Amino acid sequence: MRLELDPAPTPRKVALSYGAFLLLAFLLLGLLFLAYGVSPLKAYGLLLSPLLDPLGLAEVARRAIPLLLIGAGLSLAFRVGFFNIGAEGQLLMGAVGAAYVALFLPPGPYTLLLMFFLGGALGALWAGFAAWLRVRFGASEILTTLMQNYLAYYLVVYLVAGPWKGQFVFGFLYTDRFPEAARLPRLGETLVHWPTLLLGVGAALLLHLLLFRTPLGFALRILGENREAARYLGLKEGRLLLLVAVASGLLAGFAGVGEVAGIHGRLLEPAQISLGYGFTAILVAWLARGRPGLTLLTAPLLGLILAGGDALKLAFSMPFRVVDVVAGLLLLAWIGAEAASRHRILWRR
Amino acid sequence: MEEALVRAVLFGTPILLAALGALLAERSGVVNLGVEGIMALSALAAFAAALGAGPWVGAVAGVGAGVLLSLFLGLFAITLRANPFVAGLAVAALGLGASGILGKRYEGVPLENPLPEVPLALLSLLLAFLLHLLLYRSRFGLYLRSVGENPKAADLFGVGVEGVRYLALGLGGGLIGLGGAYLSLAYRPSWTDGMTSGLGWVAIALVILAAWEPLRAVFGAYLFGLLFFLQFRLQGSVPIPSEAFAAMPYLLVILVLALSGRSRAPRALGQPFERGR
Repeated sequence: MRLELDPAPTPRKVALSYGAFLLLAFLLLGLLFLAYGVSPLKAYGLLLSPLLDPLGLAEVARRAIPLLLIGAGLSLAFRVGFFNIGAEGQLLMGAVGAAYVALFLPPGPYTLLLMFFLGGALGALWAGFAAWLRVRFGASEILTTLMQNYLAYYLVVYLVAGPWKGQFVFGFLYTDRFPEAARLPRLGETLVHWPTLLLGVGAALLLHLLLFRTPLGFALRILGENREAARYLGLKEGRLLLLVAVASGLLAGFAGVGEVAGIHGRLLEPAQISLGYGFTAILVAWLARGRPGLTLLTAPLLGLILAGGDALKLAFSMPFRVVDVVAGLLLLAWIGAEAASRHRILWRR
Repeated sequence: MEEALVRAVLFGTPILLAALGALLAERSGVVNLGVEGIMALSALAAFAAALGAGPWVGAVAGVGAGVLLSLFLGLFAITLRANPFVAGLAVAALGLGASGILGKRYEGVPLENPLPEVPLALLSLLLAFLLHLLLYRSRFGLYLRSVGENPKAADLFGVGVEGVRYLALGLGGGLIGLGGAYLSLAYRPSWTDGMTSGLGWVAIALVILAAWEPLRAVFGAYLFGLLFFLQFRLQGSVPIPSEAFAAMPYLLVILVLALSGRSRAPRALGQPFERGR
């Protein structure tokens, strides 16, 4: 038995393979729930429960905001062949930049703008550094960006436990509250900080247009498809990689600004700023298959999983890791189904 | 001084085992980015089995879990020819997540009879030598290297590319699993969520630092071990925040990658094999 490329898979076969792999993923997930001592059906129900009421939907939207911002940038970076795994760290750097402006510069009408500026710049710098290391030294960005996640993590821990620790917070590890001028407006009673949401939607659309409607986008797509061809055409590979790295880092930085200015109102422990958004956004980008516009669909989908995971965590006191598992299984199911639909099985050699 | 060296070796041992496992797979052309998750799940499997049936059974269970999860990755990265980097990251998330969920009931449970660290450290050293011999002095090693360098040519000579890759990935998974078991049975005989604390990623970077040579990996692993030890020892005694020490290994990995980024990897690394193309 072996596999061979299928040049023209039928739609029925494609649908079947995606269906089969998703089913497999949910079966495995069910087994895990059983092993934890929870009825799988109940767990699936809870996972989808945020869809049923307006407050749940607001929770989905709240989590979709950073996923959309980061995912749009990553879908561009992945398409061009820059495997930025460090959005988590870039998000944290964005939060640090925002916190600096909020805590140490005099508040005024420019405060929010400055927060987005410095936060985005730090995120872009963090990603750009990895791109520079790759272009200059050939260091794999998969590993460098990943390591930078840990560096950003410890930087935030250091700041909230050390020099930036709030004067009025005694035992806790966070800074003082941001002044009112450094808080993003929200939709009604929800935690949906709508300016960041608009920013995310705008970024996804803009990057989509950039990629598919401009000469620069054309160059980027060529580089992603075929590096030899790109070299032959005289495209500046290093400069283009740096560009997409900076763009994706900038958006991840914005996401970090949104979290601290829109939700928490202070800098706090890294695990509380981001619930693994950087990693979940990898899935958002991968599901969108290198089309930034499609993240408008995939980000809310993963937002639902994060919100549902939160419901699961509260109802069954499960560790938050449940989200990692769901995301990992979905990712495997997706790439497995994609690969399976491209191949056919030959039973004879 | 002597203590520092001993601690460096003992802490370098799980890194060495995991790096050897990743190295073996990479020599056959398969990237295993799932190391962190495989270690975490193996550590849990080893701990759970050790509670019920003794530490040596636990070690076997850890190895078994590593083999199984690696073969699961192989299903995607080798047979289905999916993107091996993405599949590896998904396996890392899956292993970490599943171990966190399933391990919750073992949190804070003591292990009565831990394994001794020193014999395991010696065993890992022996395994590094054996891996060196396997790669350079055996027929299977020749096949394995040729599959990693030029799968098409190996295929023409009748070497089963996918079979060799599965074997390398699976055996490597066993080594990674042993590294996880060392953590939960010997080094810190207990289970906590996230106890692998990035060691899997350090191991992957170590493979590059070691230029895909098992014997060089030994020195690299002990170097990292020494750094981790110094981090513990110097904390509090010098006016540098403890977070800076905690961040040091990761900074070092970046430095290593920058310095040795262009060292030569197996030529077919990360490329799925497609016969007749």
